[in-house]
Amino acid sequence: MRPGLKQTSENVWAIEPFGKMKVPGVIFADNILINDIDEKTVSQVCNVAALPGIVKASFAMPDAHMGYGFPIGGVAAFDPDAGGVISGGGVGFDIACGVRALHTHLSFEEIIAVKDKLAESLFRDIPAGVGSTGDIFLNTKELDEMLTGGAKWAVEKGFGTKEDLDFIEEAGCSSGAIPAKVSGQAKKRQADQMGTLGSGNHYLEVQKIADIFDETTAQVFGLKKGDCLVSIHCGSRGLGHQIGTDYLKQMAAQASSYGIDLPDRELASVPINSPLGSDYLGAMRSGINCALANRQILTELTRRVFSKIIPKARLDMLYDVSHNTAKLEEHKVNGKAKQLLVHRKGATRSFGPGRDDLPAKYKDTGQPVLIGGSMGTSSYILAGTSQSEEMAFSSACHGAGRSMSRTAATKRWQGGQIMKELAGRKITIKSRSMRGLAEEAPDAYKNVSAVVEATVNASLAKKVAKLLPVICVKG
Amino acid sequence: MWEHFSHQADIGIKAEADSLPGAFEDAASALTAIITEKEIEPTEVVQVECSAENNEILLIDWLNAIIYEMAVRKMLFSKFEVEINSLKLSAKIWGEKIDYEKHAPAVEPKAMTYNQLSVKEENGKWTVRCVVDV
Repeated sequence: MRPGLKQTSENVWAIEPFGKMKVPGVIFADNILINDIDEKTVSQVCNVAALPGIVKASFAMPDAHMGYGFPIGGVAAFDPDAGGVISGGGVGFDIACGVRALHTHLSFEEIIAVKDKLAESLFRDIPAGVGSTGDIFLNTKELDEMLTGGAKWAVEKGFGTKEDLDFIEEAGCSSGAIPAKVSGQAKKRQADQMGTLGSGNHYLEVQKIADIFDETTAQVFGLKKGDCLVSIHCGSRGLGHQIGTDYLKQMAAQASSYGIDLPDRELASVPINSPLGSDYLGAMRSGINCALANRQILTELTRRVFSKIIPKARLDMLYDVSHNTAKLEEHKVNGKAKQLLVHRKGATRSFGPGRDDLPAKYKDTGQPVLIGGSMGTSSYILAGTSQSEEMAFSSACHGAGRSMSRTAATKRWQGGQIMKELAGRKITIKSRSMRGLAEEAPDAYKNVSAVVEATVNASLAKKVAKLLPVICVKG
Repeated sequence: MWEHFSHQADIGIKAEADSLPGAFEDAASALTAIITEKEIEPTEVVQVECSAENNEILLIDWLNAIIYEMAVRKMLFSKFEVEINSLKLSAKIWGEKIDYEKHAPAVEPKAMTYNQLSVKEENGKWTVRCVVDV
């Protein structure tokens, strides 16, 4: 156990404010996961707690690990009326990276019958990996329209249907995007990257529903044991990376002029109500729209592949969540409703039942919270709970979280060996890079099931279904 | 001389040389090695310019400039010639178009972070450190 950490209940650990901390640090983890959360991660939780206008606490989800500035798995809400800040480091470089899940209405047996052909076609038609480009090239005007419209823009251009939009956070379009606040360089990086997965931990998976834990919620979500889903994990590509780069530099330079003492340069923050704060919000929301449009285009590309191989397949939306964002949301503070800017850096929104922002279909269940595993391990579908609002501004974990660095992983494993092991477990992996596979070895991640258990036991979300990979196209 | 060091989520770069430009050149080689260890022919040259208020930010801007050129030109770079005068960097970088078969790129650097960032000189030896988000 780290010094200063006090266990306040089975899955909650607290650090009382000390030094410049304005609020406590709160880490959600069980007795085993807490040992994986190293001192650097804990000090990052404390650094966030020292930022102006922070409300209640600086939170870390059970998959938390060391990031830069914010920990990965960090959640913090700031009050715009109390000098609250917006932090580029609290969103990160992959703005609105997230997960989208699609039903296939196909059984595992139906997928197995065409598995090789399906894997081959997905690998061929879904652009993935370093420097991947799509067939779509956007000029400046079209790029600006995409940055304003998000997934809605993509649907208008023929990628998917209007019904898809109901099942995306903010109905597929982050309002308040200002494309003029996105640099020309960021736009240039994106011109030919729409409809691409990217690299690193991004993927497209065909997954089998292996277990159902909550029949009633599963029925509303349309989940049936033995059926297959498609999950797409990716973000805002080069545009988001460049927005992060551009604004981090400006925020780090301007922070001191607002009297913000940065414990770590990467925490680069300015007041929400400052010219640079508004500019970043406008740019970051454009980044969110880019990620939503990207996942929408990838959805259509996936549908085209399925319709060629299994014409009866119907790929409806289950839901789409983003896990690197800062969003203005209404939350209760001391019993009063308040607009707060909630940063989630590697954490998923988990709105519980009754929230106005949820689609009618999920009003009684809470939103689907999609938890991506690492290649070869399980993924989970959770549902938001009412308690999550009280616990951590309606937030939950986002995945397994790394436990080992990429450099250590490549020393321990080889891509070919991992591919073979997974093939032995009937999981087909498609990747352009063997070293990339080694870096993403399943055992380089924390145990996703343990992370999910701790999340559920801390009442941040409830468990609905467990998914196992069948085909994985690696980014 | 350069090496990668461990960071739980990403990859760290450490480079050492007898001069500041030399350390910047080696850091750029370390950045390329995150993507591929295969040979990259220095057939095309690109000019890069940047300036900053201190050496640390200059290092970040320099490596971010390479990430940008890699992304928009679909190139990988293997040879670097850096000049630095009064916090103004001017460089020539050589490389070739990315070839998936030949280079088998492992991962795409997204951006340079300010985590563990340092540029230090001790007894005429320059050491630079930084972390790349991949």
